[in-house]
Parts: sequence; structure tokens; C-alpha cells
Amino acid sequence: MLNASLKELSAGLGQRKFSSVELTKAFLARIEALNGRLNAFITVDAEKSLAQARAADARIAKGSAQPLTGIPVAHKDIFVARGWLTTCGSKILSNFVSPYDAHLIERFNGAGAVLLGKTNMDEFAMGSSSESSFYGPVKNPWNSDCVPGGSSGGSAAAVAARMAPAATGTDTGGSIRQPAALSGICGLKPTYGLVSRYGMVAFASSLDQGGPFAKSAEDLALLLNVMAGFDPRDSTSIERAPEDYSRDLEKPLSGLRVGVPKEHFGEGLASDVGKAVEEALAQLEKLGAKRVPIELPNSGLSVPAYYVIAPAEASSNLSRFDGVRYGYRAKDYADLGDMYRRTRAEGFGAEVRRRILIGTYVLSHGYYDAYYLKAQKIRRLIANDFVEAFKRCDVVVGPTSPTVAFKLGAKTADPVQMYLNDIYTIPANLAGLPAASIPCGFGAGGLPVGLHLVGNYFAEAKLLNLAHQYQKATDWHRREPKGLQ
Amino acid sequence: MSWEIVIGLETHAQLSTVSKMFSGGSTAFGAPPNTQANAVDIALPGVLPVANKGAVERAIRFGLAVGATINRRSVFARKNYFYPDLPKAYQISQYELPIVQGGEIPIVSPTRGEIKIRLTRAHLEEDAGKSLHEDFHGMSGIDLNRAGVPLLEIVSEPEMRSAAEAVAYAKTLHSLVRWIGICDGNMQEGSFRCDANVSVRRPGAPLGTRCEIKNLNSFRFMEKAIEFEVKRQIDILEDGGKIVQETRLYDADRDETRSMRTKEEAHDYRYFPDPDLLPLEVSEDWVESTRQALPELPSATRQRYKLEYGLSDYDTALLTQSREMAEYFEAVVTHELLEGFEPARVAKMAANLILGELSAIVSRNETDFGASRIRPPALVDSIRLVLDGKVSVSAAKKLLEEIWKHGDETIGELCSRISQPKFEATTLYTIQTDKNQSSGNSTVAATVHAALGDLWLWPTDNAAELEKTVDAVLAANAKQVEDYRAGKDKAFNSLVGQVMKATKGKANPAQVNEILKRKLAR
Repeated sequence: MLNASLKELSAGLGQRKFSSVELTKAFLARIEALNGRLNAFITVDAEKSLAQARAADARIAKGSAQPLTGIPVAHKDIFVARGWLTTCGSKILSNFVSPYDAHLIERFNGAGAVLLGKTNMDEFAMGSSSESSFYGPVKNPWNSDCVPGGSSGGSAAAVAARMAPAATGTDTGGSIRQPAALSGICGLKPTYGLVSRYGMVAFASSLDQGGPFAKSAEDLALLLNVMAGFDPRDSTSIERAPEDYSRDLEKPLSGLRVGVPKEHFGEGLASDVGKAVEEALAQLEKLGAKRVPIELPNSGLSVPAYYVIAPAEASSNLSRFDGVRYGYRAKDYADLGDMYRRTRAEGFGAEVRRRILIGTYVLSHGYYDAYYLKAQKIRRLIANDFVEAFKRCDVVVGPTSPTVAFKLGAKTADPVQMYLNDIYTIPANLAGLPAASIPCGFGAGGLPVGLHLVGNYFAEAKLLNLAHQYQKATDWHRREPKGLQ
Repeated sequence: MSWEIVIGLETHAQLSTVSKMFSGGSTAFGAPPNTQANAVDIALPGVLPVANKGAVERAIRFGLAVGATINRRSVFARKNYFYPDLPKAYQISQYELPIVQGGEIPIVSPTRGEIKIRLTRAHLEEDAGKSLHEDFHGMSGIDLNRAGVPLLEIVSEPEMRSAAEAVAYAKTLHSLVRWIGICDGNMQEGSFRCDANVSVRRPGAPLGTRCEIKNLNSFRFMEKAIEFEVKRQIDILEDGGKIVQETRLYDADRDETRSMRTKEEAHDYRYFPDPDLLPLEVSEDWVESTRQALPELPSATRQRYKLEYGLSDYDTALLTQSREMAEYFEAVVTHELLEGFEPARVAKMAANLILGELSAIVSRNETDFGASRIRPPALVDSIRLVLDGKVSVSAAKKLLEEIWKHGDETIGELCSRISQPKFEATTLYTIQTDKNQSSGNSTVAATVHAALGDLWLWPTDNAAELEKTVDAVLAANAKQVEDYRAGKDKAFNSLVGQVMKATKGKANPAQVNEILKRKLAR
């Protein structure tokens, strides 16, 4: 049951091989057994989950089930859920119980899915290792001395360790794809605007996008079918006809043009990762895809541009956490200014404070043009790189992350080294394009390597098609971490 | 050498939408604290703003009314600062690209006559909440009902040259926003707030350093605050000092402005485009349909009143102070019962009654014109009575007082209410079916006469009875008659007094004068 695909679980529930309550209990037990070691979940509430499971069983009995009815799904603790603690991995929200549901939570509730728990993450999604959480670091299920990637590391680790059949995350600069790669599972960041941001605690509004984690591309499609959809409460949500993201899974890849950007294979790419990605490219060619060399000449500027835009937006987005209306407030303070200073100094961790300072700086009078405006121009150049690239290819393929999972603490002292983890993933966020990471082998220390796929706007079905065809020919996505129990 | 005063105004007009600028929260005034603040208004984690179409439409309406450019693409920006009544710690406003650019407001300056004040821009933004520093035992209370209420900030060029001109501009703007239905203009409730930028300079010199005065919540305070500030600045400059650019607060109790913060203490608001909101796109069609729906503007209405009714500038200016009053005026002068009379005469009489008696009654009762208890049909009846020579103008005014007290819809209602025995309301103008009848006139006269008799009024068509009364007074006061004929003018006044006494004060003094003079001249 723990290893089954969503399709298999859905079938099992439909054929009454097991109930949603039994399924949910199995995953709750797995969480109970492993969470002490992996720290993937911040909040688990068996009672609430089982109540949803019972409702799902009733719905299945009535014959009104949808594909995900009765299936437990873990959600990153960045999505607010009514009655659930929603912390964003931060002390400042450590007492915040949401009075409302995020759009994404509404969609899963509507589909009859079971909220299995809220997963650990880098504080306010700022990080690439899931070490900056107020609730302690998440461990990589393949090697608990290593990080699972971040910021959605809890969700990635939960799926990798079979503590959840599927999970959600958010991706601002790679926060779904990089942990998916480092944890050996699949993750998808949809086109910006496809999944509503309503109820998703904002980090960098123009970059944030929710998306699914699962063991296979096929499962990602089922999850995206539930998550995607117009929401009038999010002004950046895109109104378009619903589509079935599973529809193209079985299309053959013959003639598909796979663009390989030379900039993503140069300096900084670890050889073990490069080797696995090359083998994956060869496999795609075997499946009929055509390899096309492409250029993304401005991709080197993506990390600096990102580290201006994202902190700028974050510095403003996180201002509401001021101790006035909800959340943590410092115990002792002399006056209003002191209350703000102490609350925010005590409530935010070091990385969040660093980014608030960077963001405040780049938006300041006299620096705005040199930093923020310049970064926005670079952003346009990077988007244009993709416009050019997609004239020559259908999907851009490369490594998700320059290295396999690194040791806990290895990069915490050097933020720039940490930021460079997202060098291949950030461009898709800056351009707003859909992108995915799927397992494509193992590198040093037997740690997983991720294959990065970037598609044109709304080409999710195409990415999933490529991924599924690849997964039909390989079994990397079926491998699971050993020695967990 | 003289000083030239330079004033620019920033006005916050609360747009009259049902819901807030970026949320579905209610904008109704006066609810218990924090009962009209929803998840978006209190800035819970994860909430997002959605621009209110009605507010945008009102901004377009304003832009069209002042002949401004409606930017087809404008951008919402975040103005970042921390304050407990600003839940997001940023205000969503418009910065580099406002929705309305340029435009002008024609005003009548007390010193320069008709001039036009140009506008820099008008932009959409949301209001903050309210901090209450009293009654909380050393703590502050926060009421977020106001948070997110839609505002149009209207910025003028620094083109006003006196406090009185600033007030004239503010009043014209105040009447315009109400006229076009985008703001209720209620200054007590903060729906219309002005800040003034004031500086002085020698004529022809570059602009002097300005101070911004906040908290001008009435036209009277605005005038006093600007006058105080101008004097303060001139005193400093004449003593050889320098003006410090700062924000000052007007204290109405002490009638002075006080420094709030200097430029050095000013916030760096770190404006940047709000990534939660796409640029605001306004289509050509939207602008056009808004233009079509725009009411006739006050300047055009004034022009029309002059042409159609020959009214004076003074009367037309006053009649177009508010759309309610102008609509009232038009309902009266175009009423079918007044057809066939000379339009200019009808209009002048209507204008006099509306601007005089009716306005006095309305303001005495602390209400506004739209809520007047005297509806146009009653005023039409009164005017028709005067035009038909049934009552004097002063009698008509007294009638209006009576109608206000009881809220009669027509004079007919009034008559049937107060007359014993009851008269049929159908005998009076408003309910008459045959407008051209003449046979009904005597009934009308009798009805009104009888009714008005109880109202301390003396109908003008009752001259015969008045003549008899005068004759009786003359007969009983032979001495005074003699004195008058001997050239003692005082005796005449005494005779008038006697007649008034005999009629229990109901007679029209002018009419009494006329009869007395005629009879004594013989």
C-alpha cells in the first residue's frame, strides 16, 4: 500500500480492497515510525485526518468518488488550512491556526482527498536545504546525514520515505524541483498563474507557484488535475478552460525536440550528476526524441536577478508579521517601535532576516533603479532566452541541481553557495514557465539525481508526457530509500 | 515687498462603493470596531487583493469629468511603512502610473474671478484603519473597519494663491465628486479629506520651501489653517529665517499648525509595483460607456440655466452646488402645472424660494436637499398659487414652513389636513386633471383661502374684505387720518398697525400700505 501509485490506491479504494481510513492509518503509522528521524512533518492530527477519511469512505460508498477521493495527501505548511496550525516553518507563526482554507486546500477537500499533515520546510520557503525551519532540519531519507533539498524538503522527504503517497509544495526558485531531485522523487512547478496563490503564504509573489510531489509523472498529472484552476481571489490566476493533464501521457516521443542548454552543463556541474543526465538524454533519444543544442545566454544572470527580486517582494510580504494582530509577539518591549523590532528579531530566523534586509535595501530610495529595476530587465532577458529556445525545441532538458544532496550544515555558513543550488531552476521561475524534476539515476554516495524539464507556457501535459514515457522505459522512480525501518 | 502665497491641495475622496478597494469587506460607516474587517482587510497570511471594479469605474468617471487623461494602463504600487492600523504594513496605492492624469477644475476665485486649477493626477488607493489612543488605559485600540476602504487621491497643481481660493477649489471639488456620484462628501465621517501644501515666495521668484498641513476636516479649518501657516512662514522669512520642509498638523482648538515630522524624519516608503496585482488595464469601451453614463456636468448645467431661464451667475452657481438641488430645481420648473407661464419668471421664483426659504429650512433642520421634507410638487403648488395671484410670496414662504412641519406632499394635502370641514384634495392644482380649466379657480381660491385663514395668512384675493377692514379702521381713527393729511408721516404707521391688529397680523403689510395710501389720498 505504501509503495502504490495514486492510480493503484484509487483503484484499491474503489474495489473496496481497503478503506480510506485503513489507508490513512497506514500512512499515519509510517509517519509515527519515521518522523522522529526525518522530521518531515510539523503537524500531524490523526483525528482530523481520519474524520476526512471516514467522509471519503462514505463518498466512495455512495459512488460519487473522484480519482483522489480517500487518498491522503501531505501539504507543505505554507498552505493555510482551516483549524490547522500553519507555521511556514517560522516561530513568528508558531501559534497561528488558520480560520480559512487556501484555494489549493479547498480543491483537495472538494476532491475528497485526506489532509495527512503539514510538512516541514525552510522558514517562509527561504532556503534550498530545509534546514532553516524553526522546527529543526528535515533529513534526507536516502541518507539522514544529508539534506533533502528545500524549501519544500518536508514534502519531498515524506513522499520519498513513503510517509505520504503524494504531497504539495511551492516553488519560488526551485523549491519543488530541487528537493524532488535530491530526494529521488518527482515534482512539478506549473506555469505561473495555473495554481491559485490564495491561502499560500507569500514569499515572492511574482515567482511563487504551488505544485505537486509524487513518485511518478502519472501521479503528478492526477494531482495537477485537482490543483489547477482559475480563482478570482488571486488576480494573477489565469482563467482558461480546465484540461486533463493525463491526456498526453501515452503519446510517443518520436520527433519531440529536446533542447539541451550548454549553459547548464558547464562549470559547477558535478560530474556524477552530469553523467546521469547525459544517460537520461541518451535514453530520451532512444525513445525517439531529437536532441537539439540550445543556448540560454542570460541564465548566468538568473541567480543575482532572483536574489534582488525575491527578497524585495519578501521584505514587503513579510511586513505583516508585526506582532499586532496574530502570531508571535515579543514578551517585553518599551514602546511600539521596540515591540516591532523585538518581535521580528525574535520571530524570524537568520536567513529570513537576511533576505528582509537585502530586500529592504534594494527597494530603498536611490538604489531601486540600480537593483530592482535592473533585475526586472534581466528577468525579461531571461524570459526572452526561452522564447528563442522554444523556437528550436519543445522541452528544455538538463540537470535540476548541480550536485546530489549535500551534508547537513555544509552550506549554511555560506549563503551564496546555498543560493547556487538553484542556478538551473531559477530561470523557469523568472520566466513563469512550467518545469519538473524526475529521478534519472544516482550519483556519489548512492544519492539520487534529478532530470530537469522546462516547457513552454501551459505545456504541463507535454512535460508529463516526456516524463511518463521516460519512466516507462526506466525504473529510477521506483527506487526507494533503504534501511528506513 | 509683497509675498505671493502658493497652495496645492491633496484630497482624499472616499469612493462610494459597497465593498472595499481590494476585498469584499463592507465600507458602511459606524459599525462596531473590527466587525467590517475580513481576512483580507486584517492581512491574514496568504490572502490576496483583488481590485474593485466599481472603484475603478468611479475613478474613470472623475477623470472624464475633469477632462483628464484616463491612462489605459496604470499600476498599483506598495507604499511600505509600519503602523498598527496598517495591517499589511504597506498601503496599496498608485505611484508612477496613476489611472487619472491631468485635468482641471474651474473655480470662482474671490479675487481672480473665474479661473481653472489644473490637476496633476488622481490615483486609486486603500485607506488605513484607525488608531484610538484614548479609553484604553495606556494602550491603543485598533479599528480596522476603515482599512481597505477605496480612496481617490486627487492632487492639484500648486496654483491657488490664497486660503480663500483653496477653499473655493475644495468646495468646487467637493460638489463635483458628489455631483458625479463617486463620493458622498461627508466630511464628518472622513469621506472627503484635504491636505494643503503651502509655501510663500516673492512674486516671480522660484517656489519656496513648502509645508504640508494635514487634518483639514472642514472648509473653515482649511481656511484658518492655511492663513495661520502663511503668516507663520512670512514671519520666519521676514525675520531672516528659513522654512523647514515638514508635515504639520492643524490643531483646531488652538488654531495653529504644529510640526508632525520633518523631511529628515520622513519614511522611505520603498514603493514598488504590487506583484499581487496585474497592471490595471482600462479598455476604450469601458471609458466610452462611462462617458456616455456621465451626468451633465455642473458647468454645463449652469450654462444651460443661464440660456434657458436667464438666471444670474450667482443663482446658477448656487443652484448647481449639488446635483440634488439642481434636480429639485428642474423638477419644479419643468412641472406641467407651471407650463404656460413665462419660464424666466417661474425659474426666478423657484430659484428664490429654493435658495432662500427652502435652503434655510433645510439647513436649520440639519439635513440635505435630497432629504427635504418639502417635495417638488408642494413647491410647484406654492408657486402656482403666487402666479395665479392667490397668495403673496411671503404667504407662500409661510406655507413652506407649514409643509415642512407635517411633510405634506402637496398643498391639497395640507388643506385637507388643516381645514374644517375637510376640503376635497382634488380641488387643488396637483390633482387637477383639467389643467386649462378656469371654472375650478374659484373653488381653488375658496379652498386655499379657508385653509390659509387658519395659518395666519391673508390671501391676496381677499382684497374686498381687507378694504372693509381698512375702512373701519379709518372710521375709528379720525384723529390719525387728520394728522396724516396734515403731513405727520408717523400717523400713517400707526394706521398700518391698527389694520394689522384688526386682521390679527394676517394681512400682507405691502397690501395694507397700498390700500391705505389709496384711501387716504382721496
